Amino acid sequence: MASNVDRKQLGQQSRRSFLANIARTAGGVAMLGLGLGMYSRQSLSLPAQAIRPPGVVSEEDFLAACIRCGLCVRDCPYDTLKLANLAEDVALGTPYFEARKVPCEMCEDIPCVKACPTGALDPEMTDIDDSRMGLAVVVDQETCIAFHGLRCEVCFNVCPIRGKAISLNRLHNERTGKHALFIPIVHSDACTGCGKCEHACILEEAAIKVFPIKLAKGEIGRHYKLGWKEKEKAGGSLVSPDLEHKYNLPEGVDYSYEGEGLIQPKQQPQQQPENDTPFSSNPLDRLNKGIK
Amino acid sequence: MATTPIEQLGREAVKSKGWIRAYKWLILRRMSQLGILALFLIGPWYGIWIVKGNLASSLTLDVLPLTDPYVLLQTLFAGHLVETTAAIGALIVIAFYMLVGGRVYCSWVCPVNIVTDTAEWLRRKMGIKGGAQLSRNARYWVLVLSLGLATATGTLAWELINPVSMVQRALIFGIGFAWVVMLAIFILDAFISRRAWCGHLCPVGAFYGLLGKFSLVRVSAVARNKCDDCMECFVVCPESSVIKPALKGEAKNIGPVIMSSDCTNCGRCVDICGKDVFQFDLRFNNQINEIKTSHQREVLP
Repeated sequence: MASNVDRKQLGQQSRRSFLANIARTAGGVAMLGLGLGMYSRQSLSLPAQAIRPPGVVSEEDFLAACIRCGLCVRDCPYDTLKLANLAEDVALGTPYFEARKVPCEMCEDIPCVKACPTGALDPEMTDIDDSRMGLAVVVDQETCIAFHGLRCEVCFNVCPIRGKAISLNRLHNERTGKHALFIPIVHSDACTGCGKCEHACILEEAAIKVFPIKLAKGEIGRHYKLGWKEKEKAGGSLVSPDLEHKYNLPEGVDYSYEGEGLIQPKQQPQQQPENDTPFSSNPLDRLNKGIK
Repeated sequence: MATTPIEQLGREAVKSKGWIRAYKWLILRRMSQLGILALFLIGPWYGIWIVKGNLASSLTLDVLPLTDPYVLLQTLFAGHLVETTAAIGALIVIAFYMLVGGRVYCSWVCPVNIVTDTAEWLRRKMGIKGGAQLSRNARYWVLVLSLGLATATGTLAWELINPVSMVQRALIFGIGFAWVVMLAIFILDAFISRRAWCGHLCPVGAFYGLLGKFSLVRVSAVARNKCDDCMECFVVCPESSVIKPALKGEAKNIGPVIMSSDCTNCGRCVDICGKDVFQFDLRFNNQINEIKTSHQREVLP
């Protein structure tokens, strides 16, 4: 009875047009879904200069967990974090920072992580030194003035984990022949990606930049075994050392493996100076080699 | 009395009840919407931190967490189990809306509602008729889509374009280009299809509607026998199909309470009715007109 009335009220609407209407709605929504699905794939690609707050393990997990409430932004005491706006490359409404503008100050109590209600910023990360927001990379050796032999070391000195995340490597200055280069080297086992180095870099455009780890880090082939590391791990040589190696040497000359090296016959007068390098300390000697 | 011409909409109510009572719920609603926005804004604007965050998740006075259960459901579908803070926040919100009506979110909280109501007002003033036909069920499809996409992509895909969260967030955290979205929704509602966004497409409203399916606070056409068929309530109601069963259902033994979960409890029907047919009530007070029932009792042996 009721269904009869309903059908009468539906009037001329036939089953065909009823189905057509459903198909229209479903089709429209499906089109929306396809477009949005594609767009969401695109939104996974975080631009290199956008750095996530501490406690983000992977971008994929983060985009599943972040509800874009901005509580981390509010609790950031340095106004480092901001929420992505429309028409920016970062997934809409998610927090990020740009190191060159405002770097992460690496608060000991990590207020941004504490503020996160969903755990998108991992609450198990309790030591800010454990955070891996990105990885600093000396991207341009042509403009970094350390490579020109100029003293800078600003990145080295502003680093919150000073001496560990960035160390200085002393190299010979080939240009002057007598000075040293102090080259900044980033160590991924300590660098948190806070971006203070990039922010402090004195150049017009920073020569050291923080990139997402995925972008910045190489990976050695898994089959590689580095002999000296394996040896360290094993606590001793992994191959049995040569008991008695025969060297094809001139008469009277001997060689000691892992010892003093080439042993000259004692009676022969030393031609080299006292520091036992085969080369002269005067570079000109080498340059002038062969010229009489 | 016949149907009120559109130009005279609301005049009868103002005449019989006075201006204040004829706009009471509308004014209260705007105060609520703007007040909530203001609570979020005095923090960043004046450094008075009563509420932090936005409607997705907020912290009030550093103790009360509130979380949007719809966005939380999306994270669940995307494969993330939230921490307790967000879960507690969502439970509080769910409890609240199950009590006062799910779509109270739409009409008393959501800032987009101001945009779409303005578009509807303009539409009425300019006499714009017709437009694209959308199904009122489309929003449920979009709701399913938003959750399905969360699972399929593993991200909160809908939140990339969700105008509701976008607009509120933009107002609090910096407008950016979100005004474009507000404008788009305004144009959609005003010129393309009547009540298109809030009444047909928005999955947030669909979600809260389902949440408040059995909610306590309802609008009731208690004095429906006084109805003079002016039809003004149907004109102003954003979900006009919800009124009919309650207002005209007496003959079919349907109670006076508007039971549809699509009703937003906006109270415009209460305001606009010159005869005071409607009032806010509880869902249990849904007896068929008492006078009639007592009369029936007298007649029946």
